[in-house]
Amino acid sequence: MMLEFFKSYAFQNIFVAVILASGAWLIVKARQKQHWVSAWRQIRVKKLAMISFVIIICYGIVGLLDSIAWRDGVYGEDGSRSYDKQGERIYEPTGKSLLDRAFVFLRENTEKTYSSPFAAHQFTKETMEQPDGTIARDYPPLKHPRTHLLGTDKAGGDILFRALKGVRTALIIGGLTTFIAIPFAILFGVVAGFFGGWVDDVIQYIYTTLSSIPGILLIVAFLLLFDRGLFQICVILGITGWTGLCRLLRAETLKLRELDYVQAAQAFGVSTPMILLRHIVPNLMHIILISFILRFSGLVMSEAILSYIGVGVGPETGSWGNMIVEAQYELGREPIVWWNLLASFIFMFGLVLPVNLFGDAARDALDPRLRTR
Amino acid sequence: MTAYIIRRCLYAIPIVLGVIILTFLLFFVVNSPDDMAAKILGEKNLTPEAIEKWKQDHNYHLPTLVNTEEQGLKKLTQTIFYQKGLSLLWFDFGKSDRNNENIGYQIRRRMGPSLLIGIPTFILGLLVNITAAMIIAYYRGTYIDFWGVVICVILMSVSTLYYIIAGQYVFGKILRIFPISGYDVGVHSIKFVVMSVVIGIITGIGGGVRFYRTIFLEEIGKDYIRTARAKGLSEAKVLFKHGLKNAMIPILTGVVVAIPFLFMGSLLLEAFFAIPGLGSYSIEAIQAQDFAIVRAMVYLGSVLYIVGLILTDISYTLVDPRIRLE
Repeated sequence: MMLEFFKSYAFQNIFVAVILASGAWLIVKARQKQHWVSAWRQIRVKKLAMISFVIIICYGIVGLLDSIAWRDGVYGEDGSRSYDKQGERIYEPTGKSLLDRAFVFLRENTEKTYSSPFAAHQFTKETMEQPDGTIARDYPPLKHPRTHLLGTDKAGGDILFRALKGVRTALIIGGLTTFIAIPFAILFGVVAGFFGGWVDDVIQYIYTTLSSIPGILLIVAFLLLFDRGLFQICVILGITGWTGLCRLLRAETLKLRELDYVQAAQAFGVSTPMILLRHIVPNLMHIILISFILRFSGLVMSEAILSYIGVGVGPETGSWGNMIVEAQYELGREPIVWWNLLASFIFMFGLVLPVNLFGDAARDALDPRLRTR
Repeated sequence: MTAYIIRRCLYAIPIVLGVIILTFLLFFVVNSPDDMAAKILGEKNLTPEAIEKWKQDHNYHLPTLVNTEEQGLKKLTQTIFYQKGLSLLWFDFGKSDRNNENIGYQIRRRMGPSLLIGIPTFILGLLVNITAAMIIAYYRGTYIDFWGVVICVILMSVSTLYYIIAGQYVFGKILRIFPISGYDVGVHSIKFVVMSVVIGIITGIGGGVRFYRTIFLEEIGKDYIRTARAKGLSEAKVLFKHGLKNAMIPILTGVVVAIPFLFMGSLLLEAFFAIPGLGSYSIEAIQAQDFAIVRAMVYLGSVLYIVGLILTDISYTLVDPRIRLE
């Protein structure tokens, strides 16, 4: 029952709303803080960073549109609503997102098989009956000629639409993963750095052990044992990914602990949890933000690698990794089919490059000393 | 020095044990031997007898931690934890789940090809990256610097998969300089190795050059560089002689840790170019869901990483006399 709810579209939509709301709340909070505002001013004058920012926002909008989904009711032939025997409405088995609804023409204008970008004819020859009755092999005209900007794939689906569907997957892997990792990293990093002693030893032991296991093998083993899927990928990338940030936060907490204002708070008798919450954690936020942005692009690229190894998100979820895997076979064809690879390249590169550029600018603005990745 | 090395190695033992326990939990507690048997045998011939026989054949029928049916020490040794977990400590990898190969033998056999690609990629890559980074650092603050960094970021933003696919296509299929994939023994292996090495180097350039550039820039800001300039040395001499020598310390720490890992090979390169190294061994095991091999590779990788950390610490003390062995 509980699990059903977590998989439902209602939960998904609520989750999106919560993310949006907390994002807005964080921005409002940050606007009240002088150092965040001045960092933003520094970024704003950089042309490259701002172009990157706009592109990232565009990706975000596409991902958001694709995350809000619901199922339509089934209608009878006369246009009336269909009900089952218990008198409940019948819904379609899978829902459609806002993106699906906005690009109906892309989703539904499918062809039979491959066609190159902006082509009027199919890519492969077929045996057809000519108007004069003779039978010949030729390239049949497409049902929707000159509408597929990036061509169609083997099943005739529009490549542009597939690439757009991959945006959400990439954003979730890049974003959700770090959201899973951040609480661990903050908790362990701050506690280890602040208390020191055996607590520090234990936590250091845990993250040294975890990080000494080759990440990719641990991830793959985990995904083989549990079912593969988008959420599982995020969880395991989060579990393996918190150690690096934890180390950074521990080192910074060690430094902060000795600063005058923390000692002053201690002298005033402020409780330890309060000191951590009000004086330590807020001063770690810039490190968290920087590592969030800088890790994002690596995570997006790791999705493709996992798909190649065969433990990716699975064929039913649109992803750029799946497109690359298909493209590998398509390049072996004669003549080759190149647009699937090109589309995935444009979309992935178009996200990763702005994120990297923006991340650099954010790092320079927030903490010029922090040069570790 | 010897005492330091011994102590450093002793520190590694709990971490190795931790890795063993963690992999054991993952592979035997989360996933029972019955699940494993089901995956290996397939749905078709999945009978209770077949599962039992498979477990007998692979020693998965033993109790997990303590065997109450045996006497003395055998109480502990006749268990899954001892046979499949602890035995990794002395590199007894056992047999693979699917076709009963000796994993240790396979690892020894496949190390060669992995090293044959790993070592040239590593050394040449390092040379290329450091040279490029020094040139960019020499022209710091100019357009060469700006565009150099931008190009690095662009190169970093391309997934490894594209480099491999594009390289394979351009060099192998269009120009026909190298065979598309495959491997051969002896001298003939060179033509198969070159392409993976070249692509391996290109893959690492973006991140590498940018990383070394920041290291050089950090060194350039230091006092001894100012002194060298004040003495009237040329900028090139300051940078390439004084700067490089001191930058070796941070470079070394990043580099030494990777050396033992060369044994592991590259998952992607080896898989794409069908090179029979340890990387492709892991990928094949993953795709065949052979957990015994995956377990062995996870352990081997962890141990090599820990060896790398120890080597890093030792090399650190060797190149930087300021660091004391305490």
